[in-house]
Amino acid sequence: MAELESIKRTLPWRIIAALVVACLLAVGGWVFAQDKAAAPAAPAAPAAAPAPPPKPDPGGIATGGIADVTAKEAGKPTLAEIADFAGHNRVSINLMWTLLTGFLVMFMQAGFALAETGFTRAKNVAHTMMMNFMVYAIGMTGYWIMGFALQMGGASPLATLGGTGVLDGEFTISLFGKDFGLWGTKGFFLAGSTYDVGVFALFLFQMVFMDTAATIPTGAMAERWKFSSFVTYGFFISMITYPLFANWVWGGGWLSQLGKNFGLGHGYVDFAGSSVVHMVGGVTALAGAMVLGPRIGKFNKDGSPNPIPGHNLPMAALGCFILAFGWFGFNPGSTLAGGDLRIAVIAVNTMLASASGAIFAMFYMWAKYGKPDPSMMINGMLAGLVAITAPCAFVSSFWAFVIGAFAGVLVCWSVFFIERTMKVDDPVGAISVHGTCGAWGVLSLGIFADGTYGDGFNGVPSTVKGLLYGDPSQLVAQIIGPIVNLCFIFGASWAFFKIYDVVFSMRVSPEVELEGLDVPEMGAHGYPEVHGPATLVHAMGTSAVKPPTMSMAPERSR
Amino acid sequence: MKKIEAIIKPFKLDDVKEALTGAGIIGMTVSEVRGFGRQKGHTEMYRGGEYTVDFLPKMKVEVVVSDGLVDKVVALITVAAKTGSIGDGKVFVEPLEEAVRIRTGERGDNAV
Repeated sequence: MAELESIKRTLPWRIIAALVVACLLAVGGWVFAQDKAAAPAAPAAPAAAPAPPPKPDPGGIATGGIADVTAKEAGKPTLAEIADFAGHNRVSINLMWTLLTGFLVMFMQAGFALAETGFTRAKNVAHTMMMNFMVYAIGMTGYWIMGFALQMGGASPLATLGGTGVLDGEFTISLFGKDFGLWGTKGFFLAGSTYDVGVFALFLFQMVFMDTAATIPTGAMAERWKFSSFVTYGFFISMITYPLFANWVWGGGWLSQLGKNFGLGHGYVDFAGSSVVHMVGGVTALAGAMVLGPRIGKFNKDGSPNPIPGHNLPMAALGCFILAFGWFGFNPGSTLAGGDLRIAVIAVNTMLASASGAIFAMFYMWAKYGKPDPSMMINGMLAGLVAITAPCAFVSSFWAFVIGAFAGVLVCWSVFFIERTMKVDDPVGAISVHGTCGAWGVLSLGIFADGTYGDGFNGVPSTVKGLLYGDPSQLVAQIIGPIVNLCFIFGASWAFFKIYDVVFSMRVSPEVELEGLDVPEMGAHGYPEVHGPATLVHAMGTSAVKPPTMSMAPERSR
Repeated sequence: MKKIEAIIKPFKLDDVKEALTGAGIIGMTVSEVRGFGRQKGHTEMYRGGEYTVDFLPKMKVEVVVSDGLVDKVVALITVAAKTGSIGDGKVFVEPLEEAVRIRTGERGDNAV
């Protein structure tokens, strides 16, 4: 009966809707017929019409031609005008590519947020999620204030982005008669002479990379870290540690000059950031997790570890997929040039390593423990991606697959080593995925780089070759890089965390940790209907707390 | 009047409900519960580490019937919830003093 009533009530509206649709279809059909009729009509009166009617180009072949080249005399550009146009187009493509791939990398923040929150417990979701959320805003602010300047202030000229020369300040010291670039000095607040399109494109791209590194430790330190301490950390990594190491590798600093100055291959090469981004994040995570200590209940009195399952595996898997998608910006975008067609090789290498990482982690866990552990398959795919990030531009597809495959097994070993031997609690495996496999990535470049790419990289003529292709000195540079990374990033981060912990304390109280950080730290439950007070769970109950409307809609009666 | 309380495997709930409604039992209350009996808990794996789940998820079905129906209902539940393997659950029968239908105020067997 009720259904019949409802049909009766809505009948007039249904009729009106049907009439509107019918009218639209009729008008559309008439317009389409007019359009078609017009075409054969044109040749019927050739003499009368001086200008032919505008023709569409559905095939796209006739679109874009000499008339589209900007020229004083339309349709007759001079050679100089054509050259100008070609140059502008080249930079346009590169700048567009840099921005678009930067947008993809920005989306990796969402991947990290989901992966880390899925791997942690439901009572801490608001806290874990909001660390991942706010690190984007905090990191960006710190990077704009001074991080970018320290990192890229001496990086000019930006060859692919129009030869921008305004980032021309690098602080260097002289050792052994060679210059050691330490940090940049131009581009604070992107102000003054750095108000430039090339610089801004570079800022966006480098900013999202820095934020990728900054969001890694939030996973390893989740479920026990004071939010206030996290906020301070967000400024620390985006303004100091990350920019300094990135300057040494990407900003023209001393590690990148090891080739020019000391004949070590092409200097330290990290194409898209296995070490600059991921190892920095992983090593910072290690220092932070060591200072924080393990979660309550993670280790027994005898030191044996207990598993603490994450609350939402689908969330973690979706996060991993979003990260894998964003990696198509991370690696191919690192050419900073859409006109550099090596991007095809880079993109394929990237996806192959993600596949082999996941597959080998799956088989390893399956063989060892009888089941293909879901969370380790997710870590395996990420491990493959992290590892291929440095060598992606320099290796063949075969070695890309091998690099990812080894990373897939390495990440399992590393997770067990960190947990069972070092007794460090890393809820999401961030130290292993990003730290350990990041180091493997830069080493693998020194072994497998095949000499088909990288002519002139870091100012060294000829292409980049690894040990297997005749340049052992490249491997030496690739060993120095991660050692410097470990010493500097671990030392600086550990000191920062330790001092902060002694002065302000980094860790929540045991009561807060056991109850869950959501309400004590953030003031709100992530899942109020599951973990909130009974009055929230049972909507209709009377209570002093006014139930929020979102979850309280009474069930509709039929 | 008796209250019959059955702890069963969650995936057997539909079978038990069908059996009881098929026999004319028109009301029941179910809740998700956790517990263990002789079956004890079981172990699961996470990131290469084993852990024990002590309290296993079960469904509790509560049915109130007049004395004459008790044996029939217990038999129906026992048949419907049985898989033959350990952990099938238990049925408890308790005496019930009073029942009231809130809408009408009827009492006793009439309220069931």
